[in-house]
Amino acid sequence: MFDNGWGLSLIVFLPLVGAGVVMAIPKANEELQKMTALAFAGVTFVLSVLLAFAFDYGAADTYQFGADLNWITAINSRYIIGVDGISLPLVVLSTFITVLAIVYSWEHWPEPHNPKAFLVLILVLATGMTGTFVALDLILFFVFFEVVLLPMYFMIGIWGDRNEITIPVFKRTTEMRLYAAIKFFLFTLFGSAFMLLGFLALYFTSGDFNGGVNTFSIEVLSEIGRAGLWGGTFSFWVFAAMFLGFAVKVPMFPLHTWLPDAHTAAPTVGSVLLAAILLKLGTYAFVRISLPILPDEARNWAWFIGVLAVIGIIYASLACLAQTDMKRLIAFSSVGHMGFVMLGIATLTDIGINAAIIGMVAHGVITGLLFFLAGSMSHRYHTREMARLGGNQKLMPVMGGILGFTAMASLGLPGLAGFWGEFMSLLAAFNPLEGLSQGLFRTLMVIGAVGTVLAAGYLLWMLQKVNFGEPSEEWAGHEFHDVDQWEMAAWAPLVVAILAIGVFPRIVFGATNDAVVQLVAKAFGG
Amino acid sequence: MNIDYHALAPEIILALTVVAVLVVDLLPVEKFWTAVVGLGGLFLSFIPVLTLGFCESLEFCDDTGVRVLFGDSYVVDTFSLVLKGVFLGGAFISILLSVGYLESDRFWQGEYYFLLLSSALGAVVLASSRDLITLFVGLELVTGPTFLMAGWRKGDARSNEAALKFFIIGVISAAILLFGMSLVYGVTGETTFTGIRLASAGIVDQPLFTMGVVFTLLGFAFKVSAVPFHFWTPDTYEGAPTPVTAYLSVVSKAAGFVGLLVLCYLAFAELRNIWGAALWILAALSMTVGNLIALKQTNVVRLLGYSSIAQGGFMLVPFGAAVTAGASPAQLEDAFFATVTYLLIYAFMNLGAFAVVIAVRNRLVTAEMDAWGGLYNYAPGLATMLAIFFLSLAGVPPLAGWFAKLVMFRSALSIGGGWAIALAVIAVLNAVIGFAYYAKVVKAAWFDPIPEAIPADELRGRSIVPSLQFALGLTVVAVVLLGFFPDVIARLGDLTTGFVSGF
Repeated sequence: MFDNGWGLSLIVFLPLVGAGVVMAIPKANEELQKMTALAFAGVTFVLSVLLAFAFDYGAADTYQFGADLNWITAINSRYIIGVDGISLPLVVLSTFITVLAIVYSWEHWPEPHNPKAFLVLILVLATGMTGTFVALDLILFFVFFEVVLLPMYFMIGIWGDRNEITIPVFKRTTEMRLYAAIKFFLFTLFGSAFMLLGFLALYFTSGDFNGGVNTFSIEVLSEIGRAGLWGGTFSFWVFAAMFLGFAVKVPMFPLHTWLPDAHTAAPTVGSVLLAAILLKLGTYAFVRISLPILPDEARNWAWFIGVLAVIGIIYASLACLAQTDMKRLIAFSSVGHMGFVMLGIATLTDIGINAAIIGMVAHGVITGLLFFLAGSMSHRYHTREMARLGGNQKLMPVMGGILGFTAMASLGLPGLAGFWGEFMSLLAAFNPLEGLSQGLFRTLMVIGAVGTVLAAGYLLWMLQKVNFGEPSEEWAGHEFHDVDQWEMAAWAPLVVAILAIGVFPRIVFGATNDAVVQLVAKAFGG
Repeated sequence: MNIDYHALAPEIILALTVVAVLVVDLLPVEKFWTAVVGLGGLFLSFIPVLTLGFCESLEFCDDTGVRVLFGDSYVVDTFSLVLKGVFLGGAFISILLSVGYLESDRFWQGEYYFLLLSSALGAVVLASSRDLITLFVGLELVTGPTFLMAGWRKGDARSNEAALKFFIIGVISAAILLFGMSLVYGVTGETTFTGIRLASAGIVDQPLFTMGVVFTLLGFAFKVSAVPFHFWTPDTYEGAPTPVTAYLSVVSKAAGFVGLLVLCYLAFAELRNIWGAALWILAALSMTVGNLIALKQTNVVRLLGYSSIAQGGFMLVPFGAAVTAGASPAQLEDAFFATVTYLLIYAFMNLGAFAVVIAVRNRLVTAEMDAWGGLYNYAPGLATMLAIFFLSLAGVPPLAGWFAKLVMFRSALSIGGGWAIALAVIAVLNAVIGFAYYAKVVKAAWFDPIPEAIPADELRGRSIVPSLQFALGLTVVAVVLLGFFPDVIARLGDLTTGFVSGF
């Protein structure tokens, strides 16, 4: 059933069809809307699991289940899709998180209550996310990459945080959600517009090395790149343009400032999807596009990316220590974790890139769960101020327990999912690709290691403030409802995933390793 | 003289329709029928456009290929056919938008459709014109009737201002255009574009010729409202009846661009350094100034006015990029293709945007953005369409506008060179700025609360007249489908590039 790209196309577009169906259901019939959305997301997830079973792990470095069809002939952009070992875990991750997001939403609708529109947006988002991970044509990739913006924009703007804030610089007060939504969109659009220029520049020069036929095909472009045919200032500017687009999305310091606002303002499910999957689009693009197509330039930029990544790690950790808002703290911790992912990529070694991918998956499940928890807690306490929280463990033992577990996973405790990504990317930095400055990367490794200590610091600090101690007088006499069935249904799979990846990382490495080794070998001859 | 009536059939049918509308207006029937006759006539004149286009696969059709009439001055090729299709479609949708509007108050209807169809006839003629005189006649036939249409709300001072301003600027620009054309004719001794191109080879350096070219371009700069010749646009757009604004911003603007295309790529093909440089500046200014002023607007129609200035700037980018000296014919074809494709997509999305504005205005009376707050709560369908059209104008995938922006960037990078790439970078920055104000309208409709000043009965809603529903449906389907399958439009655009590398 996965022949000729049919299965893969279904995984990508089934949610979009679902969005159309949900849209057609009358507004009053919420139960049916929820069932339909869950059914479509569920079938998509099952398909992606079947895909993972049908995947030939012996040939993980080749694109499988692909299709190559005419799309826009006038500019020779084609509908090319396929998965290899690098994208497979991310495809499964995004269908998985989508289902959980819908399950969690079942009884937790953010204000203003409007399940129909919310579900439609989640489903459209799902198409954009999986589409980006399977697209093998730059224009197709660009379209999917952008498709995720609109649903997230509306999600933040409609269901977001309604607290008034004063916008820095402009000195105007507005609601948090409005500020965050437009900031999120403008930052990403700014980056991706330059990214598009980079893609076009590749396209126009590709003809010279491809028998006169300009192409957007990532595979063909990678082959040209491997042969080292692009060079000089041209490839510098192209890499810079694409870097801008991807780095905003990751986000890398200093382009990260949209992220804390977007995360804090977004409704719970929005934050979860944003953290768990949207951020990975950027790092994935580095691995899939920047490194193979412009390997020489990637070598030149590696030190710069590494330095920015480590600045991001330290900066984010320090910023976390200064937060009073629990959700904002988790948002900043995302910047730090993505810093480890980028450090892994910057080493340009197979260990580093494997670390990056498992780091992405682990960050997806861990931070996704953290945002779920933060959302549920602020729903109950009606505040996210850590100073007012406390004694959560006593008030809601189950939720407190899960929070403690997830915080441990997030700080990289061995045996849980977060450990592998951080540990291995530091390991890779000890021994970066030949030709990169060993001294610099070892320094980065040491500073990054300090970052893990800081991460432990802020997460334990958060636990101490939120979970431990006696409940403050404010909550005396309040009855708190501990984790309900929908929350349990959404969180239990994540807890299991964190444990499973932590104990048995082969779940991810089994798919990625061959693909990564081949990628590094082809691009950098290592 | 042997006349190819098949080639002229669209114009003939349209001219007969114009007369028929006048006759129906005299008959003792509902004025509504004048609109029906107009729509029917546009539809009928679209048929020969199709038969001419698919001539080789039709049995009764002989003499395929490019049809040249009246001594090189009138040509029916794929370029003119595609644009005739756009003009007829644009006029069709404009009439659909007008029906409900004109019925809603005591407007003269028969005369209105007569004028609109005459203007459309001018556009259809313009698409085929290949000499200065036919071009000028076509262009003035497009513009003349719109002076009157802009002032259709006679009791409203703003509408009067709109018409008067438009008239004065229109006449001045016609004078400048004519002056430029006369210089060109004086120097080259030719009026046909091919003749001018051949004659220009030896006199490229002659200052008088350069002056003629520049004046001709400036005349068109007024028509396409390029900065700094844009001052009439916002006032006219705001004051004119909204369906007329829609028509002006799509059909009339497109007519200006068609004139520019044929002049630059055909008549002045040897003078790329002059028109390229001039339009480079106009493109950069139009995008930047149009966008920056649009950011400050609070009235949606005025905002769309400035947005159309900026969009015009995007369409000029490929012209400006063509300034690069070593551009090959294939690269110029890319640039030509980009402008035409942008124009085609822009026509759909801008008409759609105005259709939404008319529908919302029908309910809320005002086009002030503040009053549109919370639209999504009581009119989710309209709010959704508003988001689709405005975000398409902003160029967000997967709505059709992204492809227009893509081919525009593509043309600039295809030609390459410092100036072209600089213009592409300016365009990228402007695409981002543009998003900010389109999003402002979307934000008002989706995120803001309903203003307390709106009376409850307006929230309960009035139904949208069927003609407007039809126009909305047509444009929304086009914008969404073309976003996913832009190949359809791209193929049409590809067909038009015939004469760019034809020599």
